Amino acid sequence: MNFFRNLFGKKENKPVIDNAVTAPLTDVQLQSIKALAQNRYEPIQLLVASGQSVGRQRELNEDSLFTCSSIIAGNSSNPPFGLFIVADGMGGHQNGEVASNTTIRTISGYIMKKFYNSLFGMTGQPVDESLQEIVQAAVMEAQRSVLRDAPGSGTTVTAALVVGQQLTIAHVGDSRAYLLYNEQRMEAITRDHSLVRRLEELGQITAAEAAVHPQRNVLYRAIGQGESLEPDVVTTPFPIGGYLLICSDGLWGLVPDDELRRIVYGAPNIQRACQEMVAAANAAGGPDNITVILVQLLG
Amino acid sequence: METQRINQVPEPGSRRTTTGQLRSGTNLVNRYLIQDVIGVGGMGSVYRARDLHFPNVVKLVAVKEMINQAPDPLVRQIVVQNFEREANILATLSHPSIPRIYDYFTLENRSYLVLEYVNGNDLEVTLSQIDGFIPEEQVLDWAIQLCDVLSFLHNHKPDPIIFRDMKPSNVMVNQHNHIILVDFGIAKPFQVGQKGTMIGTEGYSPPEQYRGEANAQADVYALGATLHHLITRRDPRLEPPFSFGERPIRKINPSVSLEFETVINTALQYNVESRFKTIDDFKQALIGAGRKTGLLNRINTNQSSSGVSVNKSGIKPVWAFQCEDEIRGTPFYLSGLLYTGCYDNNLYALNASNGEFQWKYATQGGVVSRPTAMDENIFFGSEDKRMYAVNSRTGKLTWAYDTDGRIRSSGRIADGHIFIGSDDKYLHAVNLTTGRLAWRFEVGDEVRSTPFIVNDLIYFGTEGGELICLDFRGQSKWRFKAKRSITSSPWVQDNVVYFNSMDGFMYALDAKSGWLVWRFRMEKGSIVSPYISENLVFTGSLDGYLYAVDLHTSKEVWKYKTNHQVNGSPVVYKDAIYAGSVDNHLYCIEIRTGRLRWKFESKGPITGTPCLYDDFLYFGSTDHFIYALMA
Repeated sequence: MNFFRNLFGKKENKPVIDNAVTAPLTDVQLQSIKALAQNRYEPIQLLVASGQSVGRQRELNEDSLFTCSSIIAGNSSNPPFGLFIVADGMGGHQNGEVASNTTIRTISGYIMKKFYNSLFGMTGQPVDESLQEIVQAAVMEAQRSVLRDAPGSGTTVTAALVVGQQLTIAHVGDSRAYLLYNEQRMEAITRDHSLVRRLEELGQITAAEAAVHPQRNVLYRAIGQGESLEPDVVTTPFPIGGYLLICSDGLWGLVPDDELRRIVYGAPNIQRACQEMVAAANAAGGPDNITVILVQLLG
Repeated sequence: METQRINQVPEPGSRRTTTGQLRSGTNLVNRYLIQDVIGVGGMGSVYRARDLHFPNVVKLVAVKEMINQAPDPLVRQIVVQNFEREANILATLSHPSIPRIYDYFTLENRSYLVLEYVNGNDLEVTLSQIDGFIPEEQVLDWAIQLCDVLSFLHNHKPDPIIFRDMKPSNVMVNQHNHIILVDFGIAKPFQVGQKGTMIGTEGYSPPEQYRGEANAQADVYALGATLHHLITRRDPRLEPPFSFGERPIRKINPSVSLEFETVINTALQYNVESRFKTIDDFKQALIGAGRKTGLLNRINTNQSSSGVSVNKSGIKPVWAFQCEDEIRGTPFYLSGLLYTGCYDNNLYALNASNGEFQWKYATQGGVVSRPTAMDENIFFGSEDKRMYAVNSRTGKLTWAYDTDGRIRSSGRIADGHIFIGSDDKYLHAVNLTTGRLAWRFEVGDEVRSTPFIVNDLIYFGTEGGELICLDFRGQSKWRFKAKRSITSSPWVQDNVVYFNSMDGFMYALDAKSGWLVWRFRMEKGSIVSPYISENLVFTGSLDGYLYAVDLHTSKEVWKYKTNHQVNGSPVVYKDAIYAGSVDNHLYCIEIRTGRLRWKFESKGPITGTPCLYDDFLYFGSTDHFIYALMA
């Protein structure tokens, strides 16, 4: 901007953009924007940490996670790239851990292959398909793999692909992705494909009732289950300075959202935050496997 | 709760009965003059009344009377409080299929609700007046409308509203064949001596409602039951409960399509889990069935020719101004004046309120470029290869800037400069005050797209099919290649660039890097620019459709078919989008539903984008006229 002002030597003319609409910001928002402006990071980059525990009541870990992030910075503009996946193999089914492991490997392999030439190879060839088409196809590929390699099993999957500032999520089941915008706001960006969530959406039961409902683990959509699969695919901007939290229900089912947010902002770094979240779920009884990925976008 | 609508007028001299019907001529609270009884129910009567607060017009309202039968004064008070709370909730609902609530008051042991008067019949009466079966396409049309209003209620925040009492007699059809849901649970507090909280009507209610449970899927079931009744004429109240499965639709009415029957059967499943999960799923299934059978297209055509509340003959322009040749571009409003280019080579300035001619500026070529303004000057390009800066009040030339090709792009102003494309294959950055070139960027193809500028970056498309992002120095940040030309002007929102290409896709790219986030396939190419409002992006295409697409999921929310190519961009104003079509019409479509509200016919294709300001809608047509309508 300064460069531009110097170039054209005019300061008083504000840009006129016919279609732009801005809403007034609250003091809290302004403060967080100011705080961010004081700490700028170049190049724009993704920080990632993870945590996992079998829990205190099970012997087998059926959760799987995958993280990968890359920064290529130089003269030519390369966007930050990240892929983060949590899969929760379904209890009560055989081979739940096979299903979740097959799923993260299939999806990560599919997506990395798609991006390899463009991001890491010398060709720099653009990727033909859209980000949404790629994650959708990757989930369908996982569905085929699970049906083939672990028939009868099932798994959730929440896969987050970050390219530039665009966060594209493919989601099946009841693992969750949250965005944390600042200390005041944390928002689930996935919708559980579970019976209780459906009952809750239909107004049959309250969120409090859902949290203790005996059938709270029953999914109506999962990888490896059913003839047709329709993952939720959605793209949303990743807020600079904000966090992406992906976790299995072993975490969110035991630790309330407010507590998760408090841990993220209270911990000295994201690695500690992940460990503290896992510890909080275990402290609450740890009845299920616990998996968490925490990503911060600095820029 | 059970309200029977009656069509007969009670005898004029009849006295108040023990249930206490008001005589016509009674004036309630010195405002509502009772005219007729239009319904009687267990709680009281419904009257047609005239609102005397509007002395110069006859404003009719419906007055619903509810008699408080509770003997205990404390209970009576609670009943009134509950009624007023429900009335307050209903008063906040704004939907074309829900009657508006104007007023409520309580006089002694009677409470009154004053609401929109619906001129029409309920579906039970309608059914009784028809010989034979109601055509499937008619029932389908009503069904989709009912899904819309139920979806609106179910998505109500903070709490969903379950209608709980869907049945033919609670659905009114007005003179425009639009459905209106009546008899909300407003009278519920006045019910006495009923068992539990069960309030659904027997015959239409799902099993779980009999256990005191009612959710959105109860409305799905009851709507299914209502449709079953309408299409078969078999009244479920005369049959054993939950016995729809024993009355297969096509056995009774063989003209019904298998698709429609299947959808209704799904809604009528005994198990909640087997029904549609939401009313929106129900609606999608109905639309799917309608598409398969082809009935949906017929409904749309019917609506556009006769079923709309205001058709072409009903809409009169506030003013129209005739130029000497075609107007293909987009007008621009500034401070009471409307500026528009024309293929008679002039830029016109008209008084926006009455269309009075102010001045015109003659160039040497057709003007399709949309004018823009800054500090007393209007800027626009012409096919004579020049960009002009003209004083907005006097029409006198401030400066002119020459390019080497025809200018079809429109200028965009930022930081003291105007950015505009030309058929000379450059994007030009020109100083606003001096009219001198700051820099130009060589593209290799014509630039007809209008640049979009945000965060010090400039986005525009080229006829070679590239979408280019430049910084303010005129250096390329990134380029994206579509398969065919990009005449469409990009729109950037939340760091995503949206635009169309002649290759038949609408694209969404990351604004920083140019990565493809999603693409949406249309049936043909498009030169239309997308328009974004809330979570939807609106656009059109040569395939004749107007589209509404979800920004985040890239899923089609609705599409509307015009009768020819859509070349002008849609514009959102309040709860509607406005767009022209080569079929000569300017369309007004409801944002949420994609339903036609009205259309206006000019005498030539409309290829520009309308301009909306202060409830006025301005647009030009190739019939040489510029029109002003009320939005």
